Amino acid sequence: MSSIKSSERLGRSEATSGLMLISPTAIFAFLLLAAPLATILAYSFMADGYLTIIPQFQTCNYIGTCFSYEMKDGVLTAAKEYNGVFSDPLAQTLLVRSLGVSLMVTLVTVVLAFPVAYFVSFHVAADKKSLWLFLITIPFWTSYLVRVFLWKVILGYNGVINSALMGLGIITEPITALNYNVGAIVTTLAHAYAPFAILPIFVALEKIDRSFLEAGLDLGESAFNTFRRVTLPLAMPGVISATLIVFIPTVGDYVTPNLVGGPEGKLVANLIQLQYMKLDNYPLGSATAVSAMLLVAIVSLIFLFLNRRYLRGPK
Amino acid sequence: MKGGWFRGYAIVYLFVLYAPIILLPIFAFNDSAIVSFPLAGFTTKWFTQMLDEPTLHEALKNSLFIAVSTSIISTLLGVLAARASTRFVFPAKGAIMGLIMLPLVLPEIIAAVSLLVVFLGIGMPLGLLTIILGHVLVCTPFSIAILSAAFQSLDRSLEEAAYDLGETPLSTFYLIILPLVMPGIISSLLITFTISLDEFIMAFFLGGTNVTLPVYIFTQFRFPQSVPVIMALGTILVLLSITLLAIAEYFRRRGIAKTGGKNTGGFL
Repeated sequence: MSSIKSSERLGRSEATSGLMLISPTAIFAFLLLAAPLATILAYSFMADGYLTIIPQFQTCNYIGTCFSYEMKDGVLTAAKEYNGVFSDPLAQTLLVRSLGVSLMVTLVTVVLAFPVAYFVSFHVAADKKSLWLFLITIPFWTSYLVRVFLWKVILGYNGVINSALMGLGIITEPITALNYNVGAIVTTLAHAYAPFAILPIFVALEKIDRSFLEAGLDLGESAFNTFRRVTLPLAMPGVISATLIVFIPTVGDYVTPNLVGGPEGKLVANLIQLQYMKLDNYPLGSATAVSAMLLVAIVSLIFLFLNRRYLRGPK
Repeated sequence: MKGGWFRGYAIVYLFVLYAPIILLPIFAFNDSAIVSFPLAGFTTKWFTQMLDEPTLHEALKNSLFIAVSTSIISTLLGVLAARASTRFVFPAKGAIMGLIMLPLVLPEIIAAVSLLVVFLGIGMPLGLLTIILGHVLVCTPFSIAILSAAFQSLDRSLEEAAYDLGETPLSTFYLIILPLVMPGIISSLLITFTISLDEFIMAFFLGGTNVTLPVYIFTQFRFPQSVPVIMALGTILVLLSITLLAIAEYFRRRGIAKTGGKNTGGFL
């Protein structure tokens, strides 16, 4: 092949050129992502000293009780006792709640997004498709904080929904159950992650050979059965990526529970922020962050395993 | 009608997607200190009030500096990675690209606290520079996603022709490849600028005492009386973002058309 010839002529192998070209970005990602993640993993097994980390191996940040050390008369002394992540009822509650919220958000987002992706892929004229996708992605790129806050306005006591329902005479008193709870968090997050769910499903639907569907119909399947037995299985890789791309980041969302969650709606990100910024307990904060990632990874792997038959390539 | 039900559903869906953005200007021009219904009357006072907020000026200056720096650095890193991954086969390609693209799915708070721990550990003072580093980490995967589409649709034979005519790899890149992917680069600059301008978590954790626009907005939400001003600010920011995104989309499409590729849709 002439490309091999030309790179040979220039005295460099394909692999060397590629590695050299990618090295600045790779080194950046290594230093600012891989190394920091390794650091918090290491910190999560160390002890909390006074404004320092004491490098002694311990597992009590995860299970059991730990001590924060303080400097007293020039000696590090065990001062404050605290529970590890899996021995602390509050941390457990927040981890479980965060996972639950993420799963709910994922389900709502993907189920609501699928028909939109299907519509754009199957019913929109080819030259209008990118306009639709552009319209779907715009809200995603615009002022995240303000959008989250406006959900508070929509769901609030004198909010849009309550005013509309009262104006129509359906209710006489504003419904207070709309705001400051897990439901409000799910609504807000499902809204924020909508494009993330639509795009992968759309890409998978676009790849489907339309003659398969005709074949299904020609062979006497109903439209619904063709969808169930041909379209849906072929769209599954897109549905799976949509699920993961919504599920994984939502577990760590900080802004939404903070603004619309109220006191009962705190999630694990709020706990991590508290442990790092307010309590200055880096080992415990790191252990919480690592635990959250671990749980997300386990759930994601189980999900991938259950759907493995859709991800195999064509035989 | 073909797709009738789906069309209706998609239009309702789009409406809900835009609901918060539609409400924003309504409250920005509403003559009431409380952001709720019923509406009070028309006013532009929130916009004029916005002009005499010294912290806001500071935040705007910081945000612009950070967003410009971030967009340039992440697009440079994006060009290198997108070019390497679309043109060359090299060892551990999957693992390297996986690491670089990881911030797309990694919960942002985890990336933010791990960076915080490292910056404090090596004694790096928190400030604009640390925010920029965090933003580049977040923005580079988006830049790569946009630029890969531009590089992928490049015709390899153009490059080979240049080599055969005696150009070096560097001059070929400069003379042939760069002009063809330029629309993609402009699109990447605009998108990463928009993301950085709107990014909150990294700025909140890594900024120390420095305030960016989103951090300013977040702190103002605690004071009910300053919310209308934030609605006015938000209106301007949303208009700015939409304008930048529309320009980016224009360049992205032009780029793909220029290199002869097929337009398959969105940015991601």
